Amino acid sequence: MKRTWYSYPYLVWMVIFIVIPFLLLLFYTFTVNTDKGLMFTLDHIKRLWDPIYLMVLLRSIVLAIICTIICLIIGYPVGLILASREYRSKKVLALLFVIPMWINFLLRTYAWMTLLEKDGLVYTILKFFRVPNPQLLYTDQAVVLGMVYNFLPFMVLPIYSVLTKLDKNIIEAAEDLGANYITILKRVIVPLSLPGVISGITMVFMPAVTTFIISRLLGGGHYILVGNLIEQQFMVVGDWHFGSAISFVLMVVILVSMGIMRKYDNEYEGGAIW
Amino acid sequence: MRKIARFFGIILVVVVFLTILAGCGGTSRAQLKVYNWGDYIDESVIDEFEEKYNIDVIYDTFATNEEMYVKIKGGGSDYDVAFPSDYMIERMIREDMLEKINFDNIPNYKYIDDRFKNLDYDPNNEYSVPYMWGTVGIIYNKKMVDEPVDSWQILWNEKYAKQIFMLDSSRDSIGITLKMLGYSLNTRNLDELEQAKEKLIEQKSLVLSYMGDDIKDAMIGEQAALAVVWSGDAVYMKRENPDLEYVIPKEGSNLWFDAMVILKGSKNKKEAELFINFMCEPEIAFRNTDYIGYSTPHIEAKKMLDPEILNDTTAYPTDEELANCEVFEALSDIIQEYDRVWTEVKAATK
Repeated sequence: MKRTWYSYPYLVWMVIFIVIPFLLLLFYTFTVNTDKGLMFTLDHIKRLWDPIYLMVLLRSIVLAIICTIICLIIGYPVGLILASREYRSKKVLALLFVIPMWINFLLRTYAWMTLLEKDGLVYTILKFFRVPNPQLLYTDQAVVLGMVYNFLPFMVLPIYSVLTKLDKNIIEAAEDLGANYITILKRVIVPLSLPGVISGITMVFMPAVTTFIISRLLGGGHYILVGNLIEQQFMVVGDWHFGSAISFVLMVVILVSMGIMRKYDNEYEGGAIW
Repeated sequence: MRKIARFFGIILVVVVFLTILAGCGGTSRAQLKVYNWGDYIDESVIDEFEEKYNIDVIYDTFATNEEMYVKIKGGGSDYDVAFPSDYMIERMIREDMLEKINFDNIPNYKYIDDRFKNLDYDPNNEYSVPYMWGTVGIIYNKKMVDEPVDSWQILWNEKYAKQIFMLDSSRDSIGITLKMLGYSLNTRNLDELEQAKEKLIEQKSLVLSYMGDDIKDAMIGEQAALAVVWSGDAVYMKRENPDLEYVIPKEGSNLWFDAMVILKGSKNKKEAELFINFMCEPEIAFRNTDYIGYSTPHIEAKKMLDPEILNDTTAYPTDEELANCEVFEALSDIIQEYDRVWTEVKAATK
């Protein structure tokens, strides 16, 4: 397609908000302020190899993977139901799924704090069923819950959109050839919907691995994740160099995992959001 | 199709252009940008100031001294007045971040108790006007804690696992740990700092959450038994929930002062001085003190306070209680070590 003049605003946008910040990030990652002025250094990256920081990175990735898996387990059936014949015409259900996203996610996370806190609704219910130690707020579980709740729509929507575009004739053909529903699901629907699944996974995993506000509010500042660590370097400590170095490493991790995803994605064309 | 796209393109450009223009042709009212601690003023006071002097106040808040420092140091913000604490004022003076105040424009300065003038952080009293003062201590719920609370040690007691709130603030949390270990909270000894770090990491499994202003609501709502808090917040919490009690542990604690300063490069120095003077008017100072609960250095405002508050040692502790207390010093070179220790405490897996 020929590049036309009205694509320039977008290019300018990209340069200002993506390219320049990225260059700044690289600059801060590999420099240090000494008496002699700015010097090239790898110290910030090296400092990250301290087991304490590696554990934070590892914990963030593990929590993000757990969150992605739970989202997939819940999200795929939901996508199937929403796209099924019975509900296809009723757009209301899909709408209901989207409506919570109209409310700021910070507010929704604060709402969870009230639900989970001691003597809150969830606490009281769990206590009623004699669950020992029902304190959920400020634990790992609360953080995962908050992430799943906030990011689930990003899993459901791409899957839903791929499933609705599925050619129904193919399914009918499979039925004519005597396949039962399980076989159709396994051999036809799931493989054809993989692009949606993959964009869903990327769209959940990426915000989950970088989140800092969910872990701060629901994790109580205990379970600091890599996002918190970066935020702390910029907002509290003022060590932009180390903060940039952590961001840089995180970016590499994300790019690598996206690269792996991309490899699978290319095998199934179309339908994906990317 | 191209024609339509071009038409919308032109419209868009015009709209953006007009918006920018509208932004530039601002109001004729003078503006004052104030940067204060969260929940640290009776906000109706700001409206009154705006009305009286016809000045727009843009009011932002921060949660820790470090956060404020980083934001101002990073540039890009153009605050006129800020409310840092003692050690941060010392550091900002040293780094040439503050403007000298013309005290001729602050006649109400005469109401400030002499005890709070010429303190170490601003020895010649050129840069700051005291706003509030207080201590750091433990607030506990009498229904949940049956033993006497008189030492920081109780925050390391397994009995209160997951019943403790700590302040998410490096100097305060490291400071009280150093005090518990019997060291100065201004230590420059790396070995002592390492010990404090080990202690804080050991404590992590007992702490329910590291928070700032949220502690107030959480303690009033009896979410936990013990918390480290600033004295003025304790006054407020005790008012809301009579089961709460505040102590300054026997090992000593931190005695602090928050003061109003004018930031270097302020374009509205005159308005800033008007604001500081206004905040020192007896009636205004009283309303702020009464609202936020902290201890005032203002003689007239103190006289107007309810005697019940004046007799409460939470806000106005005895000299005996203050005997072991120390004021934070700005620790120029070693401060990075404090930051590193706190980062590692927060990052540590218990």
